[in-house]
Amino acid sequence: MVPRTTTYAVVAAFVLISAFAVSCGSGGDKPTENTTTPSQTNAAGTPKPGMIQPSDVTLGALDAAVAEKGKTTYDVKCQACHSLESNRVVGPGWKGITTRREPHWILNMAVNTDAMLADDPEAQKQLEECLVRMPNQGLSKTEAREVLEFMRQNDGVK
Amino acid sequence: MKTSLLRYGLLLLGVVAVVVVLQLTPGCKSSSATAVGGDAASKVYVAPGSYDEFYNFVSGGFSGQLSVYGLPSGRMLKNIPVLSVNPETGYGYSEETKGMLMTSHGFVPWDDTHHPELSQTDGVPDGRWCFINGNNTPRIALVDLAYFKTRSVIEIPNSAGNHSSPFITGNSEYVVAGTRFSVPITGNQDVPISSYKENFQGTVSFIHPDAATGKMEVAFQILCPGVNFDLSHAGKGPSEGWFFFSCYNTEQAYNLLEVNASQRDKDFIMAVNWKKAEEYVKAGKGKKVAGKHLHNWFNEKTQMAETEVRTEVIQLDPKELKDIVYFVPCPKSPHGCDVDPSGKYFIGSGKLAALIPVFSFEKLQKAIAAGDFEGEFGGLPVVKYESALHGEVKKPGLGPLHTEFDGKGFAYTSMFVSSEIVKWDIEKLEVVDRVPTYYSIGHLCIPGGDSKKPWGKYVIAYNKITKDRYLPTGPELTQSAQLYDISGDKMQLLLDFPTIGEPHYAQALPAELVTKNSKKIYPIGENENPYVAKGEKETKVERKGKEVHIWMTAIRSHLTPDNIEGIKLGDEVYFHVTNLEQDWDVPHGFAVKGANTSEILIMPGETLTLKWVPDRVGIFPFYCTDFCSALHQEMQGYARVSPAGSNVPLTWKTTSKDAAGAAQ
Repeated sequence: MVPRTTTYAVVAAFVLISAFAVSCGSGGDKPTENTTTPSQTNAAGTPKPGMIQPSDVTLGALDAAVAEKGKTTYDVKCQACHSLESNRVVGPGWKGITTRREPHWILNMAVNTDAMLADDPEAQKQLEECLVRMPNQGLSKTEAREVLEFMRQNDGVK
Repeated sequence: MKTSLLRYGLLLLGVVAVVVVLQLTPGCKSSSATAVGGDAASKVYVAPGSYDEFYNFVSGGFSGQLSVYGLPSGRMLKNIPVLSVNPETGYGYSEETKGMLMTSHGFVPWDDTHHPELSQTDGVPDGRWCFINGNNTPRIALVDLAYFKTRSVIEIPNSAGNHSSPFITGNSEYVVAGTRFSVPITGNQDVPISSYKENFQGTVSFIHPDAATGKMEVAFQILCPGVNFDLSHAGKGPSEGWFFFSCYNTEQAYNLLEVNASQRDKDFIMAVNWKKAEEYVKAGKGKKVAGKHLHNWFNEKTQMAETEVRTEVIQLDPKELKDIVYFVPCPKSPHGCDVDPSGKYFIGSGKLAALIPVFSFEKLQKAIAAGDFEGEFGGLPVVKYESALHGEVKKPGLGPLHTEFDGKGFAYTSMFVSSEIVKWDIEKLEVVDRVPTYYSIGHLCIPGGDSKKPWGKYVIAYNKITKDRYLPTGPELTQSAQLYDISGDKMQLLLDFPTIGEPHYAQALPAELVTKNSKKIYPIGENENPYVAKGEKETKVERKGKEVHIWMTAIRSHLTPDNIEGIKLGDEVYFHVTNLEQDWDVPHGFAVKGANTSEILIMPGETLTLKWVPDRVGIFPFYCTDFCSALHQEMQGYARVSPAGSNVPLTWKTTSKDAAGAAQ
């Protein structure tokens, strides 16, 4: 069955990556200041098709109505694993996430989950810590943007 | 297998001998080579990660299911639960799916599925649905190929043994059902078996599937003389609007049919003008008669089986409505009843006949118009054999059963007794090639091979006897299928592959006709199951008298709630588990210790319910049965069962800090 072999393969990969990470003494959960990560561009530096680029996201004053829609999606598709505080349930808590992560990175994690876990070093680092692959929850770009607005609200953006 | 053994009982004695002869003297029967050619492997090799060219829907026989293979690799892709329970997924066990197996006899957990038939548009398979018949407790099931899931099941009233089914008309107007066993239908049912001739009757029913919903309705049934209806096919092109059914036991025997139903030199093909019958129904010429039957439909929105009881059916009597049913004599105990792609010819395969008769639809029409009849059977006209005959294929082999077509002017007939496929020219009535099968072929299938436009690249043999084809597995063996390349003049054996149950008929079609509609998940936003929990905030536990209902969610990798206390001995506990995942191929399973039922396997976005009646006091673990993530082994919980009358309060725990509504 596909998922089982895949899962085992992924677990095996984790073990290798983790071993490497430990031996290098890297890791930690410090805020990053990534701008464009390798996952959004190919080797030539041009945008990869399907990935959300920094220029695709504009943030303004908080739109409470949009945030409310994001809350609805959160309750159904995200809450089982992400608390709104800083504690980890399965995935990391969301408190402060909008200051730790670039908006396009958050959107790509929500919409292009598998591509991020395959290519993005920050996403992979997160996976090493959580060890449960973030599910692709089938969010549309619009839904993901609404969830981002909810995250901003949760972080106190007015 | 047992039904077939009975059917072919007379022939079976000779089978082993024939098989031995074929094995020992491979060259004496067949002009073409039996050895596998040097390029066979490359023709069936589908590289890892690559897809097959065709889907092959294969009847599960006495497994009651419908299995799906890829061709040319013969790789098994899925076993779809249809008319038998399936503990692997909880089909027929979960509260949502139990209703799919309800009948007027109550819950029937098993059937014998024989003939898959794909829905058609303009006479060609369209990839939307696959129908299959239940032979034992007469039913027809409709499988939705977007989900590979049984969508609806209709019971056939006034029927016994639904064999000649569910063959379809060119635009999926109707699938048919015919009684294999005639029984008393009108009037008193408590009659001596020996009164067969006076009291036993058959019916053929026309079932209409609704294009939008997949719900089915018995549009009408035609009352027929008491015989055994065996197989059928719809007309097409010039014969569009007609249906042809093979009939055996025109002797009207009721015991030792092996001998007593093999007396006459000819039985019949029954030709039915269904367009005319449809007009009579519209004109109110049908009679409403008693016929209790159930219709089960799986509502994809509420994710629940909905069962409706129907008590009547519209019946047409062809003795009164004289121009809808005609008998055509056909030698001898005909089984397969097949119509060529042009629709000009229909073919009856007499199990005991030494020839294959090919009938001309045009000649049949002329004979009917001219009143060219040799007499009556059961009060219905019998056309003269020669008047409807296009010609006979002489000495094709022994025990002809079924015929499929390649769309290039050739027919391929399975020969049970001589264990071979015979290819012949439809116009010239000449055999042009033959290949042995291993062993004793029943049905055969060419992709689209009973339609207007076959994809004539392969023929697959579904064999009744396996013997030495695979490593032995004790007395019971898997069934054996064989794939042949028919793209050249000579058929070439490419591959053996094992199948489930006892495959009877099978159909195949190009994969893209199915994959273009294929679904990957159930969108959770559209889930209207009354017990859905759309997120952990909606999880809860409620007591309703002796019933305890648990709204539970599953996501990699925890169940919520996962600690439940306050259940008492004597309670019925319902775990309503919603899989919150929205990613392809991430099911979660759920099982609880000691439950007298199967697990449930819940697809992403789906809700299924496991009913558990605890039988003792204690702590009962439950867990996810489908390896879902690195922390799958942690996906578990406990239910506490206290004595009846205990005052342990109903409480439950969720794992997530933000979950509301949980008693901590």
